[in-house]
Parts: sequence; C-alpha cells; structure tokens
Amino acid sequence: MKTTSLALTGALAVCLALPLAAFAEEANNNHAPEVAGQDWSFTPPFGSYDNAQLQRGFQVYKEVCANCHSMRLLSYRNLGQPGGPEFSPKAVGILASQVQVPDGPNEKGEMFQRPARPSDRFRSPFANDQLARVANNGALPPDLSVIAKARPGGPDYLYALLTGYHAAPSGFEVAQGMHYNQAFPGHQIAMPPPLSDGVVAYTDGTKPTVDNYARDVSAYLMWAAEPKLEERHMLGARVMIFLLVFVVIMYLAKRAVWARLKHRDATHAA
Amino acid sequence: MAHPSTYQPDTGIERWLDARLPIPRLMHDQFMTFPTPRNLNYWWTFGGILSFMLVAQIATGVVLAMHYAPTETGAFDSIEKIMRDVNWGWLLRYSHAIGASMFFLAVYIHTLRGLYYGSYKAPREVLWILGVLILLLMIATAFMGYSLVWGQMSFWAVTVITNLFSSLDSVVPGMGTRLVEWIWGGFAVGGHTLNRLYSLHYLFPFLISGVVVLHIWALHIPGNNNPTGIDVKTAKDVVPFHPYYTIKDGFALAAFILLFAALVFYAPNLLSHPDNYIPANPLQTPPHIVPEWYFLPFYAILRAIPNKLFGVAGLMASISILFLVPWLDTSKVRSTRYRPIYKWFFWAFVVTCFALGYLGSQQPEGWYLVFGRIFTLYYFAFFLVVMPAVGLIERPRGLPGSITEPVLGPEKVRVPPAPAPAPAAPRKRKPEEVA
Repeated sequence: MKTTSLALTGALAVCLALPLAAFAEEANNNHAPEVAGQDWSFTPPFGSYDNAQLQRGFQVYKEVCANCHSMRLLSYRNLGQPGGPEFSPKAVGILASQVQVPDGPNEKGEMFQRPARPSDRFRSPFANDQLARVANNGALPPDLSVIAKARPGGPDYLYALLTGYHAAPSGFEVAQGMHYNQAFPGHQIAMPPPLSDGVVAYTDGTKPTVDNYARDVSAYLMWAAEPKLEERHMLGARVMIFLLVFVVIMYLAKRAVWARLKHRDATHAA
Repeated sequence: MAHPSTYQPDTGIERWLDARLPIPRLMHDQFMTFPTPRNLNYWWTFGGILSFMLVAQIATGVVLAMHYAPTETGAFDSIEKIMRDVNWGWLLRYSHAIGASMFFLAVYIHTLRGLYYGSYKAPREVLWILGVLILLLMIATAFMGYSLVWGQMSFWAVTVITNLFSSLDSVVPGMGTRLVEWIWGGFAVGGHTLNRLYSLHYLFPFLISGVVVLHIWALHIPGNNNPTGIDVKTAKDVVPFHPYYTIKDGFALAAFILLFAALVFYAPNLLSHPDNYIPANPLQTPPHIVPEWYFLPFYAILRAIPNKLFGVAGLMASISILFLVPWLDTSKVRSTRYRPIYKWFFWAFVVTCFALGYLGSQQPEGWYLVFGRIFTLYYFAFFLVVMPAVGLIERPRGLPGSITEPVLGPEKVRVPPAPAPAPAAPRKRKPEEVA
C-alpha cells in the first residue's frame, strides 16, 4: 500500500513537472517587455495619492499629453474632489475657464464657443478619431481616462513606457515613422518621445527631469482611472477590522455551541 | 429528512396562520429542528455561502441596473459613471464583479465536495441534477453579465461564443448562420445583442433562485449526505440544524466574506483582464481573447479539439456530463474516503481541472495544445471510464458502523440510543434524560 502510494505520487509529480519544463522553455521565447515595479504612494492596503504629485502630473498631462490624447470621462470639477489633485475651487474654476468648449445652439440657433465650467468634460484635442489619425501619422492616440487600468502593469507600465525610449539595438529594424521603446509590446511605438528634461516648468522645486515627469503623470493617470481609490482603502480598513473581529467572535460562538454536543454525548453514554 | 414536526404555535396569530399557510411551521421544521448529520465538515458550509452569494449578486445587480445603460454607445460610459459619480457606485460594481468570481469559487468547491463524498448517489440523484442545472444557469448568467461591460474582452467574448453556433452549418448548411443571426438580432454583434443579453442577465438570476428552492427541497427529502457517506441510523447521529449548523455556516460565511472583502477593497481588478477597460471596438480584435478565470478549463477543452463542431460538442459535454454522474459511478460506497483506488483518480481529476484552467489562459499552440489534449482526454475519461470501471474492481475499505462511531467509539460499548430527538441545548434537557 505504502509503495503504491509513493509510486502514484511520483507519477503525479512527473505529470506536473513535465508541462512546467516545457512551458518554461516556451515562455523564454516570448520576449515579454520588461516592466519594473515602482514605489507608489497609493499601493494597497493603506496607500493614498500624493496631492502635490497629482497636481504636477496634471500639469504634465495638460502641457504635453493633452496635445494629442483626450480624457473624455473626466470633468474639470474632478480636479477639486477629495482623494485627487485637490486643486482649490478657485483654481479649478480658472483651469476650466482657460479652455474654450463648444456649446449651443443659442436662441438664434447657432453653435458657439464659451469658456469651460467645472462641470464640463475635459476638452478633447481632436473633434473625432479620423482627425486624430490624420494629425498623428495614421495612429490614434488612445483616450487616457482609464488607461492605467487598461494596460497590464498599470502605472508601472506607463512609467516604463514614458522612460523606455532608447536607441534601437543593432539589428532591430524600426519602421518609418515609428520609434523604438523598450516597454512597448513589439518595441515599435507610433508615439514620438513625449518628454524631455525641462519641457514642463515645475513650480514646487521638484527637479524637471523625464524620470519625475513620467512618475508624476503615471500617478495622475492612475488617479484618473481610479478616482475612488482613497475612499476604497479607507473603507476597506474599517470593513476588514470589523470582519476580523466578527470572524473571531463567530469562531468562539461556534466552539461554544458545539461544546453542548460533548455534553449530550456524555449524558447518553452515562 | 422526514421527521415529526415539533412546531408549537404559541400566539393566536400563529395558530391562525398555521391553519391557512403554515410558513412558520415550514421554517421551524426545515431550518430550525431539521436533523442534520453531526459530522459535516467545513466543505459542507459552501451551500450556505452560495445562498448568500446569490442574494448579494441580486442585491448589488438590481441597484447597478438602475444606473446602467444597455446601449452600444452608452454601456461602457454608464459603468464609468457608476464608478465615478454614483454614491457607493464603485463598491457596488466591484462587489458585483468580484462577487461573480467568489460565486464560482464557491460553486466549484461545492460541486467537487459533492463529487468527492458521492453526494450524487441514490437517493440524491435529483438533488445533484438540479445542482448541475444551477451551474449551467450560473455559467449563462455570468457570461451575459460579463458582456454588459462592453469592453474589448466583453465584445469579443460574445463574438467568439455566439459564433460557436455557426458550427451547426456543417450539420445542416445555413442552419448555424441563421441561428447565430437570430441570437444576435442582426448581422453582427451590436447594440441589439447587448440589449437582449441585458434582459436575460436580469431574468436568469430569478430562474436560478427558483431552481435553488427545488434544490433545497430535494435536499430536505433524504437529508444531508456526510463525510462517511453512510446513512443516518439513530437520533445520536444527527443534531438540529439550528444552532449547530447555523453557527458553523455563519462562521464559514464570515471567513469567506473576509476573502471577498479583501479582493473588493485591495485588488478589485486582479481577476479581470485589462483589455476590458478599452471600449468595445468591432474593427480591432484583441491579440489574445481569454474568458474570465472560471471559464478557462472549458475554453481549453473547446480549443483542444481540432474540429469546430466537435469542439463545441466537447464544451457542452464537459458540463452536461455531470448530469449522468449518478449512473456512471458504479461503486456502492459513497465517500471517496473509503475508496483507495478511486481516490487517486479523483485527485488527478482535480489537478486536471487546474491544468486545463492554466492551459485555457495560454495560446493553443505547441506544448500547450499537446497538454490541452492530454488533459481533455483525462477529463472525459474520468467520467466515462474511471467512474464505471473503478467502482466494479475496487475493494472499499471498511465503513464505520455509524456516523457517531468515529467520534464516540463502537456502539456496543455504549448504552442503547435514546429515542428522543436531539435537544438543542443542555439547558433544555429533561430531568429523566440525565438520570
């Protein structure tokens, strides 16, 4: 019996090890792009956004990304909400009013432009996707509203992508109008390197480097995709504490109730 | 299990109702005093957990439906609106999405428990069949619910799965195409398809609720199976459902909710695919279409079979074969505990389910396909060869004399059993029992 068990366990182990060995080989041939994990202020279970970082990230988005990328799910009012960049209501009003948005028709039946209000959605840089393609060498810059959740690796990937522009290794052919990027799947990306040192003037003393821009804008995009993260982590802590205590109480109650059975058996056996 | 009713209507209104619609008596007899084997382990707590999950999914789903727009252009944005602007919307939506995964986790454990302890054998065949029916309805409901997100994975999952029916073209030319167009409500997957999926996604949970009532009814006729697989013999073998199992199920449920909450609050997107945060685009196929984790084993079976029609047949058969399990298993012994040979095949089957799950997440090529086929073969061989054959050749280990025996020792050492039904608490003991 013992030997049969051992033999069967051995057979089972071989059955499991064989595919694993085969797959390890296969995985090495796939050349998965390297995306290194970064330290973020918002990692679970207790993380929260760094308001100053989100404000800087918004600045990078506004001055660089927004030239080509829309964020159609966000409104200017979101910039002042708790758990985000938390611009003051006055600052939100100013940020919105700097942008002209189409409205109408008015009482004469005409469409017109007016300064945006906090309740307006972020203005998209292009009127439609076709126009965006024409302006971008045929490639469509994706909307960035939920991009941090729409890519494997999330903010780590965004950071790796924005800092991943390097000279192509020798022998790697980059197609016309494309750029080599270490983190992008296939390594050929249509987006030209968007960031360079000093391109955005930070006002809070943070060094204006590509590394900082990439980090700040990735954090900002994470907030844009997951604006209720802080609320979620805070409620989560309370719920988990409650549940942990509740589970212990339930366990003790269960033990107490089942102890009656021992009593019942003892009375029957006596 | 048939047992004398001990319900005493104390008040006038209870007596009045008891003579007209005896729901309090039903609840008292079926959920308070119901005699339940004393040796049920924690694998038995998943029935209660599943009831909770069904209620939780319906409750969150009904509120989500108040804010959701089942239109081609509005679906994705309405979910983002729920996430951003609806009070507690993120909590409802993540609970519903993670809830689907937790529901399947629980139902797979529940099914494997039934399989391991032989809970499908006489007299529980109908109970088992109703359970498989619930599983099928759950699969349909989860698939339709996933499509409502209307992201890239939703859209292409609907396209791939509905297109499976076109394989019927190889049986009757044109039949599959007609059927697929009828399902789509048009000539491609679109807003009309989304609308009907939404309608049915709202309907199916109530069908599930109906079958769950039948499932519990079918359970309460023979009563619970138990880890020994032997029948209840004396009053000592059972305890009243309340408080013994209400408290045990309650503890297990609390622990399960702890896991559920950890996922909802700290890793709400862990189990979903990032591509589903890209709005559906009929013009762009994702490089790698994969279903949610709970469908991966079936997806692996579909793709392991080279012929499309047989692949679809294999997919259907992989679940519907469960209907036949009560008659495929030839063993007289219920519990796998006492089946020294079958035990190994059972655990190999569990490993196969995990392996198929992994293979379903990979591209069907090279070694993945080879192993996909090997494991698919074993999946079906387990039901069609192992179950009938092992039951005939195996010599089961000796069964204990009763459910109580492993706890208290052999019967003859002890006093003959008291005929009185098991008391709920020692405090309520009658004096003559003590003596």
